[in-house]
Parts: sequence; C-alpha cells; structure tokens
Amino acid sequence: MLTRSYKHSLRGGHLPAGEVLLEIEEATLRFGGVTALSEVSFSVTEGHIHAVIGPNGAGKSSLLNCISGLYHPQDGRIRLHTADEPRAAGEVGPRHEHELTKLPPHRIARLGVARSFQNIELFHAMSVLDNLMLGRHIHMRHGVLQSMLWFGPARRQEIAHRHLVEEVIDLLQLQAVRTKPVGSLAYGVQKRVELGRALCLQPSLLLLDEPMAGMNAEEKEDMARYILDVNELAKVSVVLIEHDMNVVMDISHRVSVLDFGVLIADGTPQEVMAEPAVIEAYLGAEGEDGGHV
Amino acid sequence: MAATATGIHHRTYVSELRLRATRSEYFRLGLLTVLLLVLPFVLDNYWLSQVNLILIAVIGAVGLNILVGYTGQISLGQGGFMAVGAYSSAIFADRIGLPTPLAIIGAVLLSAAVGTFFGLPGLRLKGLYLAIATLASQMIIEFVIRRWTWLTEGQGYLNVDRFEVFGFKVGARAVFEQQWYWILLILAALTVISARNLFRTGLGRSFMAVRDQDIAAEAIGVNVARVKLTAFAISSGFVGLAGALTAHYSEVVSWEKFTLDVSILYLAMIIVGGLGSIAGAVYGAIFMTLLPEVIRQVANAMSSSVPFLTDQLPAVRNATFGLVIILFLIIEPRGLDRIWQRMKEYIRFWPFRY
Repeated sequence: MLTRSYKHSLRGGHLPAGEVLLEIEEATLRFGGVTALSEVSFSVTEGHIHAVIGPNGAGKSSLLNCISGLYHPQDGRIRLHTADEPRAAGEVGPRHEHELTKLPPHRIARLGVARSFQNIELFHAMSVLDNLMLGRHIHMRHGVLQSMLWFGPARRQEIAHRHLVEEVIDLLQLQAVRTKPVGSLAYGVQKRVELGRALCLQPSLLLLDEPMAGMNAEEKEDMARYILDVNELAKVSVVLIEHDMNVVMDISHRVSVLDFGVLIADGTPQEVMAEPAVIEAYLGAEGEDGGHV
Repeated sequence: MAATATGIHHRTYVSELRLRATRSEYFRLGLLTVLLLVLPFVLDNYWLSQVNLILIAVIGAVGLNILVGYTGQISLGQGGFMAVGAYSSAIFADRIGLPTPLAIIGAVLLSAAVGTFFGLPGLRLKGLYLAIATLASQMIIEFVIRRWTWLTEGQGYLNVDRFEVFGFKVGARAVFEQQWYWILLILAALTVISARNLFRTGLGRSFMAVRDQDIAAEAIGVNVARVKLTAFAISSGFVGLAGALTAHYSEVVSWEKFTLDVSILYLAMIIVGGLGSIAGAVYGAIFMTLLPEVIRQVANAMSSSVPFLTDQLPAVRNATFGLVIILFLIIEPRGLDRIWQRMKEYIRFWPFRY
C-alpha cells in the first residue's frame, strides 16, 4: 500500500492509545416533537475504530452532527479529551477537556475533529487538490495582504502544506485525478476525496458518515482498506457509521447500536451481535427467521 | 473535458504554482504588455478617455467579482460602496488636505469598513434575501449622500482638485488622458494581480469553499462568518478604490454617478464576463463600457436609413443592454471568459472535436 516513506503524521492527537477520547453523556436532541436522540451515552477510546450502527432514522447521523457541532443537543454533554504535544518521547503532554455541545463547528474542527458527510459535501467547482488544500485551512495563516502579495510567506506556506497534501493523495491513490474538478469525478472517488479532505486536517478524531454507502463490493473493500490504513498506519481514531454489517463486524473494535434514538447495545462486535435487542431491531421480533446479521 | 497543455512537466511546486506555464501563455502576456504600452500613443484623447473608464471599471468589477463570483454573496450595493470611496477620497484630499495617495488609501479603508458593516446581514441571509439586504445598503448610502449637506457644503456636488502625487501634477487637456492612463493602468494591473494571487492562497480558497458548500466549509474549520466579512471588506476596498479614482479622474463628485443603475451595470459586467473569474471581470468591464459607444456609432452610421435609432438613443441603449444580458444568461451563463476557454480548447484539440 505504501508507495513512499511518509514524513508527516496524519494523526493530530497526542493522547495515549487506550484512553478515553470522546465521552457522550446522556445526549438528548429534539426537533420539535421528535426525539432524535434520547439520553445516549457511550465513549470512544483513542486508537479504536468505533462503529455506530442502527436502522434508518435511528439517529446515527444526528449523533455525528452533534459531535461536530452542526446540531446542539438540548441536554447532555459531549466531551473531547486532548493532550498537548509531549516534551519528551514517552511522556504525555498536559491534558485538556473540551465541551463540544457549546462550540460552533469551526472551533470543533480546530480541536482536531474532522468528518465526512453522508451525501458528499465537497467543493464541486474546485479541483481535488484545492479540496484537499482546504483541509489544511486550520493549519494555515490567512493574512489579507500576504495573500495578495503571494511572493514570500503566502507562497512558502502553500508549498509547505502541499507536501502533506501530496502524502494524503498518495495514501488514497488520488494521483490521477489531482487536478480534476471533483464535480466531474465518479461517486466512489468523490467519497475518497472527502476522506482525504478530512485526513488533511490531521485529525485526532475522524467521523465518517456512511463512507461506503452506494458502493459495489470492490469499492467497499477498497474503502475498508483505506479506513484500516488510516487507523493502523496513521493511528487516527475513527467513529464510523455504516450499514454493511460484514464491514462493520470486520473492521471495528467497538460497536454502538442505536434504535429510534436510544442506545440499545454497546460493546465489541461479538457482544453486540449476540444481543437480543440488536437482533430484534434489525430483524424484527424474536422467533422470525434468524438470517445473517 | 478540458484540454490540458502537453509537454509541461513541473519539477518543483514553485513552477507548478505559477500562473502561466506554456510558452504561448507567456507570448500572449508579452503581446498584451506591448499593446498596453503603445495604446496611449495611437489613440486620440476621446478613445483614451474610454480606455481610462474601462480601467476604472476593471478595478470595480474585479472587486465585485471577489464578492459575488468567488464568495457567492450577491451584492446590489456596488454603487453605494463606490460613492463611499469617491466622497471620502474627495473630502480627505480637498477639505482635510491629505496628500492624494493618502486620501485614496483612507478612502479604500473607509469603504472596506462600510462594506463590512453592510455585509453583516450576509451572516444570516443567503442568495436573493441578501441581494435585497444589500439593495437596502445602496438605498441608505444613496439617501445619505443626497441629503447630508455637510458632504458637499450644500452645493449638491463636490469639485475635486487636479490629481497630484509626490509633487507631480496631472497636466492640462493635451496630456490629461495620457497621464491618467498610466496611473490607472498601474492601479488596475495591481488590482488584477493581487486578486489573482488571493485566489491561489488559502484565504481565497476559503471564499470559494463558502460559496460551494458552507456547511462543509464550517466542518473543516473555516469560520464562515469571518470569511464572509473578509470578502465584503476586500471587495468593497477595491470598489472604494474605483470610486475614489472616479472622483479624482472626473474631478467632480455627485450622487447621480452612484445610483442603483451603477450597481446593476457592474453586476452585468461580471455576468457577461464570467462569474468567479478575474479575467472575466476584465472582459466584462471592457465589453460593458464599450457597448454604449458601439451602439452610438452604429446608430450614427445608420441615422439616414433608420433615424429612429439616433432619435431614441437612450432607449435603444437600454434595450440592447437588457438583450445582451439575457442572451448571455441563456447562451453562455459563464460569460466571455468561458467562451475564450472554449476557443482555446478548440484549437488545442484540433483536428479532433474532443
């Protein structure tokens, strides 16, 4: 997979693996009379791929939108734990705790929470390269006069950030489409560009909303491989919403199951699969044909 | 499918980030430079004054395109922001007595501040609703410059002294247009270059991100409110510069020059030229400034056979303006810039169609 040696780490966080990265506590989100999320609590561990599954309308996307600040839950808390860069190897920098429910989305992105969207939300008129460079936005300085002068700091900055963007292009094998406008690309490639844009943030937490929706088996396999690369090689923690049970069971460390806005199970894939409530939510009442979950 | 130049192999990011890559692009740039250098020596004063008006329009249109074409914030306040630049520069220079360059810089900064203030509704409104809000800003500024007698000391218009910079004073009638040509050319070139630069940096990209997908822009950490206000500030800064130059060039400032018609004329420029393209703003400024002149010449030439054209010249001109905008919206909504791109592609692909 690796076609060259990488200079940049795509992981922005400095929390040691195994610690609690994200804590969702009794999050409740209502739209008028509809309760999209009702007292949902679980936590995401640093270094894991954490899948969130559930039938349509279960509140999975709403939950992701709450984490990235697009929705603000009426009740409950969502806390992100981060650590500063350690001064020496083996140490852990000072820890911080951020309450995400009160922050606007762009501030949450600055904390290192990157995401992709269920319906691709790329900048369609711009090239793949520009889309990925936009992923570097929070790491760049944007002085008006420097930008207009170009020569000097602005150009140096463009080139410096281009190095990391090229590594993401290499990791996701987007070389051939680098200068193409994303609006003209195939659906599967657009999904990959969106993953790439999120990676360019150097996230400490990557939120993926159905990255494999609408793909064929081969494209799904590719995408699963990319997600594993991101998690295992780049050590980025991932929260993943996905409908394909095979994929979820294969690649995730932990699974949380939502149904009608309520958390009905949370555990390892094996534990969750054995949970009667999960089988019921997916296949209807017990006693019916127990097909492949 | 766009044609790309073959045989260009960038070895460094520096070379890839250049605005021009092929030899023919450098050749065209050279040709354009030569044309601009000989222009004042071959044109008579009348045509040179048209060119000067074009150069001012280029600055204004590039400014408007930054806001409308690149950031997606429709603005009908162009005339108002130009008025802010014109009045403030005239007052700074003549009544306060600042040197002209300082007066113009002050006018640019003040226009940027006023533009930012009137951009505040853009934080909540999008599309047509924002257009109406900026229409309000046009009306408010127009009202203020008509009714605030302090601005013109009660005479309704402002006379502006002959343009003077670092001891050099623009000369009399014979050299007036020529000397202004050089001043305006330098400023227009700086405007175009700095706008081109802006859109190859992160700041310019964040403008386009807000235009294309504002939710996704927020999710990658773009402060959408700040970007919109910055776009309003930069855009109205350039527009204010165009206004200030109008004041110093025509040496008289009155509110009739900055009505809603001006706002719509500039919108027409960037639509005809091409939204979201700096070159398009330039083409549009040339096209819309020369169009009335062409109409007039055609009407004069045909005055013996069709006297109606010269008798009703203003009506004919307005009708043609409307027709041109409608035709562009139907046939090539992406404007003259797109037509130029297509011509280049045709030649690149020749003898194949695609």
